[in-house]
Amino acid sequence: MNIVVCVKYVPDAQAERTFNASDNTTDRENVDGLLSELDEYAVEAALKLVEAGEGEVTVVTVGPDQAADAIKKALQMGADKGVHVKDDAIHGSDAIATSLVLAEAIKKIGSPDLVVTGMASTDGTMGVVPTMLAERLGLPAVTYASELTVDGAKATIRRDGDVSTQTIEATLPALISVTDQINEPRYPSFKGIMAAKKKPVEEWSLADLGVEAGQVGLDAAWTKVEAFAARPPRSQGEIVTDEGDGGKKLAEFLASRKFI
Amino acid sequence: MARPPAPTAPLELFGTDALIGEEDRAIRDTVRRFVEDRIRPEIGEWYDTGSLPARDLAKELGQLGVLGMHLEGYGCAGTSGTAYGLACMELEAGDSGLRSLVSVQGSLAMFAIWKHGSEEQKQEWLPRMAAGEAIGCFGLTEPDFGSNPAGMRTRARRDGDDWVLTGNKMWITNGSVADVAVVWAQTDDRIRGFVVPTDTPGFSAPEIKRKLSLRASVTSELVLDEVRLPGSAVLPEVAGLSGPLSCLNEARYGIVFGALGAARDCLETTIRYAQDRQIFDRSLASYQLTQAKLADMTLELGKGMLLALHLGRLKDEERLAPEQVSLGKLNNVREAIAIARECRTILGAAGITTEYPVMRHANNLESVLTYEGTSEVHQLVIGKAVTGEAAFR
Repeated sequence: MNIVVCVKYVPDAQAERTFNASDNTTDRENVDGLLSELDEYAVEAALKLVEAGEGEVTVVTVGPDQAADAIKKALQMGADKGVHVKDDAIHGSDAIATSLVLAEAIKKIGSPDLVVTGMASTDGTMGVVPTMLAERLGLPAVTYASELTVDGAKATIRRDGDVSTQTIEATLPALISVTDQINEPRYPSFKGIMAAKKKPVEEWSLADLGVEAGQVGLDAAWTKVEAFAARPPRSQGEIVTDEGDGGKKLAEFLASRKFI
Repeated sequence: MARPPAPTAPLELFGTDALIGEEDRAIRDTVRRFVEDRIRPEIGEWYDTGSLPARDLAKELGQLGVLGMHLEGYGCAGTSGTAYGLACMELEAGDSGLRSLVSVQGSLAMFAIWKHGSEEQKQEWLPRMAAGEAIGCFGLTEPDFGSNPAGMRTRARRDGDDWVLTGNKMWITNGSVADVAVVWAQTDDRIRGFVVPTDTPGFSAPEIKRKLSLRASVTSELVLDEVRLPGSAVLPEVAGLSGPLSCLNEARYGIVFGALGAARDCLETTIRYAQDRQIFDRSLASYQLTQAKLADMTLELGKGMLLALHLGRLKDEERLAPEQVSLGKLNNVREAIAIARECRTILGAAGITTEYPVMRHANNLESVLTYEGTSEVHQLVIGKAVTGEAAFR
């Protein structure tokens, strides 16, 4: 089984994240980045499927030069090869354009049995790319999997909702997005780290994919960040002085915030 | 007073990351994350109760590739010596006991077999030890023979094709949980090494309890009571003290980095504490006496790191001499324990519990100061190197 995993290089959530003042896009230059944590679950899910049978895992990312780090991390975990789509024209792309570039890249990679993605990125957190991508590729989209099994040409997932748990089947080829409940992503082993540098990574431009520069980027985006402001510092909490009715006041406070 | 903007971590100030190759950094970061996720939440409890889930940890460390990581072949990862040092640093930032487990497994037991063993011994033990499925220990020190291993009383006598071992070894890390012990014994001729499966009749390894240091580490006595081994149990490639000393040199090299991990954890913890702790009307970190201490400790940590990375580079170029390892072990452990003790003065009473890692590290470093060659022995090694006079006795 051949699997393509879409991964994203995102600013480290532990660091101070901000936007570029010039065009209100995410600042990726001045913040350390890494493989989006939610994508580690997708890589792990793909590796488990391939290790249980045969085939290979290709990771694909769309992003600037540093995004190569996200591919490298996935290769260190055990993926077989990487594809890095980078082009200055992509800067500022929205989810619609991102899904277009990813779809063309996946078509060029071949016809995978499965496309696996995380449930959302940890920076944009829109969570719409998986569905858009499935639409563009003409694949069934089975999203938010917290369990995944593949038996022959059939994939089965469990999707945990607020009020029900659903079991959903799809025939391969299919696109699956996974949640952070699906597995425990492995640490890259030392052998994996050392082997990663010998694994092939291809770099493709928009021209390689037959995508016009005008179809992507900030100018083509359907959504834009108009303005941003830092969140005000947290104000001090409310102090309840116990005058014999502390418990009651506490309960009222919790009830007013719908905690109880 | 408000917290100063974006303080720089002590080692960041030295820019030492720029001296480390990308692959070595990736390995270091993986071990750091493992220690954060798996060790840090548990270590206070393990230390307090004097326990360590050594078997489970060995398997997890084996999966990562930590065990015997700088050895080639037989299931070992074959990393650089620098990567091995950096891994030791991260492990010891967790706890010296964890690093001791790894040092003894990889640098003593596995290295002895890898360097001096027969092909059969390597095939039998190294892949399982690299995977953490088998644990090893290393029996050299005896109750009355630490710095003077040549005086050992453990004897191996020939009986037909067999060897029969009798004697006691002391302060043996991993002893009670080991599947295999590399034991050094005096023969009629010279000191020889033996690969002893711990289920051999006559072998026992009672654990040493009531320790006040390295509490999250298994420390044992090895009792060898007429332990009969086949002729194939001897390490064929070495005779004399150079055998065990070559292994100790490997383990000491790991300590050069490891001790700095403990020191770094103390210093980073203490800086955070000093920033948050209000004394009179401002943070402890804003007082000049505190800053003088923090600055001096930062300096010693960074100098030690530069020395460690320099020795790492020499090791990777196969130019590292034992005397140079002594330079590193003497300096870095001595400075690490000084840092741990100084940090404790800044934490005040908070520093004496397992809520903070500082006194745990300080107590552990008391052992690290004297094992794998006491500071005094390393002074004598360096003294001999610079004077040409041996003053060991």
